[in-house]
Amino acid sequence: MKTIVFSWRYLWSRPLAAALNLLLLSLGLASITFLLLVSHQINQAFERDLAGIDVVVGAKGSPMQLILSGVFQLDVPTGNIPLAAVKALQSHPQVAQVIPISMGDSFRGFRIVGTTLDYVRHYDAQLAQGVLWKSSMQAVLGARVARQSGLKVGDTFTGTHGLAAGGHAHGQSPYTVTGILAPNGSVLDRLVLTPTESVWQVHEADTALDDEDRQVMADEREVTLALIEYKTPLAAVTFPRFINTTTDLQAAAPALEITRLLSLVGVGIDVLRALAGVLLLTAGLSVFIALWSAVRERRADLALLRMLGAPPRKVAGLLLCEALWLAMLATVLGVLAGQGLTALLAWGLQLEKSVLIGTLSWPVELISVPVLALGVAVASALLPAWEAYRVSVFELLQSR
Amino acid sequence: MISTRQLAYRYAGGVELRFDDIDVAQGGVLLLQGASGAGKSTWLALAAGLLRPGDGDMAVAGQSINALRKVAGDAWRARSIGFLPQKLHLSAALTVHGNLAMAQWAAGDMQDDQRIAEALSALGVHDLAQRKPAQLSGGQAQRVALARAVLLQPKVILADEPTASLDDEAAQASLALLQATAIRQGATLVIATHDARATAFFAGNPCQKGLQRLRVGRKQL
Repeated sequence: MKTIVFSWRYLWSRPLAAALNLLLLSLGLASITFLLLVSHQINQAFERDLAGIDVVVGAKGSPMQLILSGVFQLDVPTGNIPLAAVKALQSHPQVAQVIPISMGDSFRGFRIVGTTLDYVRHYDAQLAQGVLWKSSMQAVLGARVARQSGLKVGDTFTGTHGLAAGGHAHGQSPYTVTGILAPNGSVLDRLVLTPTESVWQVHEADTALDDEDRQVMADEREVTLALIEYKTPLAAVTFPRFINTTTDLQAAAPALEITRLLSLVGVGIDVLRALAGVLLLTAGLSVFIALWSAVRERRADLALLRMLGAPPRKVAGLLLCEALWLAMLATVLGVLAGQGLTALLAWGLQLEKSVLIGTLSWPVELISVPVLALGVAVASALLPAWEAYRVSVFELLQSR
Repeated sequence: MISTRQLAYRYAGGVELRFDDIDVAQGGVLLLQGASGAGKSTWLALAAGLLRPGDGDMAVAGQSINALRKVAGDAWRARSIGFLPQKLHLSAALTVHGNLAMAQWAAGDMQDDQRIAEALSALGVHDLAQRKPAQLSGGQAQRVALARAVLLQPKVILADEPTASLDDEAAQASLALLQATAIRQGATLVIATHDARATAFFAGNPCQKGLQRLRVGRKQL
């Protein structure tokens, strides 16, 4: 038999203590795994949705709100901006691309976003079925919208006023589904996309009484905000200031706002990390106590091993190996539990139609879980192992 | 096989314990006698290479204990000394078979199931191989412990108070078993005891290679 086999037997010769230590260690590691996975996934989701969007221009208000509503489709928008202003932006020398975003309606809790085909292209979204829209009142569904609503290409549906479910229905203006996007993990998955004109049409048809009304409304057309890509990174220095000082609009840089947001959330994450650390520390202490009392109990047994010819390092190795078993088992259990918790959170967020996080991911940072487990186990086994190392065979002769 | 010359051990407090010279032939029996605390354990520890002589010389199984080095001492002890402790210290976490396998592990040997089976058979406890120590009677446990002691076919068997807390019948059986095992292995047998029954037993069961007695007692300085 090998050391690992003997240490396994010794470990489970005290099943209650072993199970308790395993539980404590696993809980600590599960919390760490969970924190790692969630922050990794949220960062990834943010990065994916932010990719290539240099600045968001919208109505004055909170810049963070503008980013959250415009890029991640989480918050409500700050207001509307005139279409004419957006058109003016298009001819600005530093601007490469302007994607207009109009929102205000929803379909079963999913936002209906009026935009241009540039928005679809920006996220490299592929069609799973059907085609992109060709005229107004046609819609392309994000993958999750299609799955949850069961709508197929050719089906029609009507939007509801407001971003939450249960608003006034725009009954006279049904949309026709022309295509369904393949899931790509971006914000598009949970949106209903339609040409900007559709959004105007729905609201104008609802309120306009005659042609004159329609003309007035056409002149006053608005969009909610615009996603802008720069021609040159240097624009980041001057463009936002130009917008904020010379127009009635507001320009917000997503990178800046997200850093601010993460630093706010970061405090919470730090608290959770500290909690996980305390859990791990408790686990380490518990492992130490268990091994220490094991050495005390088995002093004579360990001395007998020395009598049978085992060198001190072999006896100490036996103790260390017990701790390593705990570390290994706890790593497996902890990572599994952490993944389970993350999957649960992903499921919950999906119900909330919020940020997408995938169920299973194995970021490199996860390597810190076995490293931590190993560290805690070895640290708590060090003193007991030293005690085992020092066990004198002479005690065996005197233990009468 | 075992010989001592002016052997003495010095305790930490400076007290010195001197032992009479002795020469035990291969296959012989040595009764180490003396009251509790007289120094029998010290003599056994010296013979097992766990302590170093403070003075004089001791040679066991062809090895000078004075010259024994620490690490080499462990390997030497594993092969040369079979030890039957008074409290048996069978590991409760392991089966009988596992307890014997542990002796091979401690000696740094590969596990040899056949050897374990033979050792258990020789002591008539082969059918108990898969039991836990808690499921054994006192006599069975001693047989298992003896099987463990002689597993690596040592040249010297050290038994520490093997008859303590046994009734007369069990004490007889225990001593007979030790004698038979030593004869089968051709090993020298050292029994540390303050039990008069041991003397009586060997009077009735003479040893072919000779019986010696060493009386251990603290001498006045």
